[in-house]
Amino acid sequence: MLCDDCHKNEACIHITQISPEGKIDKNLCEKCASRYGNFMQEPQSEDYTVNDFLKGIFSKPSKEEAADVPHGLVCSNCGMTYQDFMHSGKIGCSSCYSTFRKQLIPLLKRIHGAVLHNGKIPKRTGGTLVVKQEISVLKDKLQMAVKSEEYEKAAEYRDRIRALEQKLAAEGEGAAVDGSK
Amino acid sequence: MAVNDLYRDYLLSWFGTEGEDSDVVLSSRVRLARNFESIPFPNRANQKQLAQVQSLMSSVFSDIETVCGQPFDVVGMEGITEVERNILAEKQLITTRMAKTPEYRSAYISEDRTVSILVNEEDHLRIQCMAPGLNVAGTFAAASKIDDAVEEKLNIAFDEKMGYLTSCPTNLGTGLRASVILHLPGLVYTRNMHNITNIAQQLGISVRGLYGEGSETVGNMFAVSNQLTLGFSEKSLIENLTSAVAEIVAHERRARKAFVAYSKTRLEDAVWRAYGILKYARSLGESEVLELISKVRMGVDMELLHGAPSELFSEILIASRPSYIRNLVGNDNLSDGELDRKRAEMVRRILAGG
Ligand SMILES: [Zn+2]
Ligand SMILES: [Zn+2]
Repeated sequence: MLCDDCHKNEACIHITQISPEGKIDKNLCEKCASRYGNFMQEPQSEDYTVNDFLKGIFSKPSKEEAADVPHGLVCSNCGMTYQDFMHSGKIGCSSCYSTFRKQLIPLLKRIHGAVLHNGKIPKRTGGTLVVKQEISVLKDKLQMAVKSEEYEKAAEYRDRIRALEQKLAAEGEGAAVDGSK
Repeated sequence: MAVNDLYRDYLLSWFGTEGEDSDVVLSSRVRLARNFESIPFPNRANQKQLAQVQSLMSSVFSDIETVCGQPFDVVGMEGITEVERNILAEKQLITTRMAKTPEYRSAYISEDRTVSILVNEEDHLRIQCMAPGLNVAGTFAAASKIDDAVEEKLNIAFDEKMGYLTSCPTNLGTGLRASVILHLPGLVYTRNMHNITNIAQQLGISVRGLYGEGSETVGNMFAVSNQLTLGFSEKSLIENLTSAVAEIVAHERRARKAFVAYSKTRLEDAVWRAYGILKYARSLGESEVLELISKVRMGVDMELLHGAPSELFSEILIASRPSYIRNLVGNDNLSDGELDRKRAEMVRRILAGG
C-alpha cells in the first residue's frame, strides 16, 4: 500500500485524527508520518489538528477565492501578506484582521459556521459593543419595570437608554460603516 | 513556595478525586487566548516585542495575585532546564510547544497549581484554569476573572465583529477552549468509542486520546473539548460541552455495568492482576503503567478493588512520566531499561504509601 500523502513511499503507519472536517484515517510512510508530530507517549496538544485542518482548507481554495487575494496586500503593522498566512495558517497581528477581513470571512464561515462574535466583550477595547450591551440590559429592565407597573423606574431606564443611544449615534458618525477604523 | 516543588511533587490538586462525577471525569480545564493590541503575535514578533509582552504582563502580576487570592511562581522558560520544562509539560502546566521553544516565554503558575498563565505561547496570553471533576463553568469563571484583571489595565486585541483576535483563526471570537479529561475504560473495552466520537462530531465537540498515537490510545484517557470558538457565547459553548460530557459519562457507566454483568469474574481478575503487577513489578514500561493504572482506577471506581485509594491514580500518572523520573534521578541520559526500573521503583514506593 502506498502512502496517502506522498503517494510514493510504502505506507508503514496508520493514523486517525478527529478534525472539524471529520475523522481522518490515513496510511502514511515514515517520512510523512513524522510531519504529523511525535505524539506517541506525549500528552497531545489541544491544537495539533488545527494546522492539518488549515492545510486541508488551503490545499483546495476555490478559483474565485484565489483570484480574490490581491497581490501586494500587506499588513501595515506587521508586514504579513495573505500568502504568508496561507503558508503558515497563523495571523501576524491584530491589525491583520482588518487588513484581510474580506479574505478571512469565508474562511471563518468554513471553520466556525459563523462570522459574528457573540461572547464576552472587553471594557477598554470593546468599543460601541459595550454601550450596545448596556442598552440591551437596560431595555430588559425597562420591560420588567413596565410589567410590574413601576413607572418611575421605567422612565429612568428610558432616559438612560436614550442618552446611550445618542452617544452611540455620535460615535457612529465618526466610524466606518463596517465598524473597522 | 519553592519552585523546586513544581518539579518534584507528584500531587496535582486539580487531578484528584473530589470533583463531581469523578468516577469518570478526571479534570476540567478552560483556556482563554488573549493578545495585546498592535504588538505582533508571538510567531511574528521580534525579540524586543516578545520582551515587551513579558514586561506588560509583569505590570499586572500583582493584580493577578490579588484577584486569585494566592501567590504565583513566575517561571521563565529560558531559566530552567529542558527536563524541567518537560516535567511542566507532563503536568500540563505548560505546552510541549513551549517546552521546545523557551525563548522569551514564561509561565505564571499559582501556588495551588490550578492556574497557569502562559506568556508568548501561540498567543501573547493563554490563561488556563483547572479543576478536578466536572466543573467547566467554575474554571471559566476563574479564567474570566484573571482576564478582567489584565484587561483593566492593558488593551486587549478585540474586534466588534470577530471578537477576541488570536494568532490562529480557529481560536477567534471567544478564544475559549474548554476541555474535560475523561477516563473511559468501559467504552474502550466494550468497543464503543467510535460511537462516542461520531456523536461528539455532530455536536461540534472533539474527542482525542490523551496518551498514545492516533487511534491507538493508551490508558483509556480522553480529552473532550469544544471545536468552535466564534458565533457562540462562552456560556453556550460550555453548556454544550457539559451536556455532551454528561451524555458520554452516562454511556460509560452503562458500559461498565454491562461489563460487570457480562463477566464480573474476568473483570475482577484483570483489575487485581493489574494491581499486583504495579505493586511488585521490577520494571515497568511507560504504556504499560498507563494501561495498568487505568484498570486499577476502574476497579476502585467500580468497587471491585478495595484498599487502594483512588488518588494513587493521579500520583502514579505524574510520577511515571519520563522527564519526572529523569529529574528525580538527576540523570538526563537514563537508558530505557534504567528508566523502566526506576519507574517500577517509584510506583512501588507510592503504593507502599510513600
Ligand atoms: Zn509519504
Ligand atoms: Zn499584521
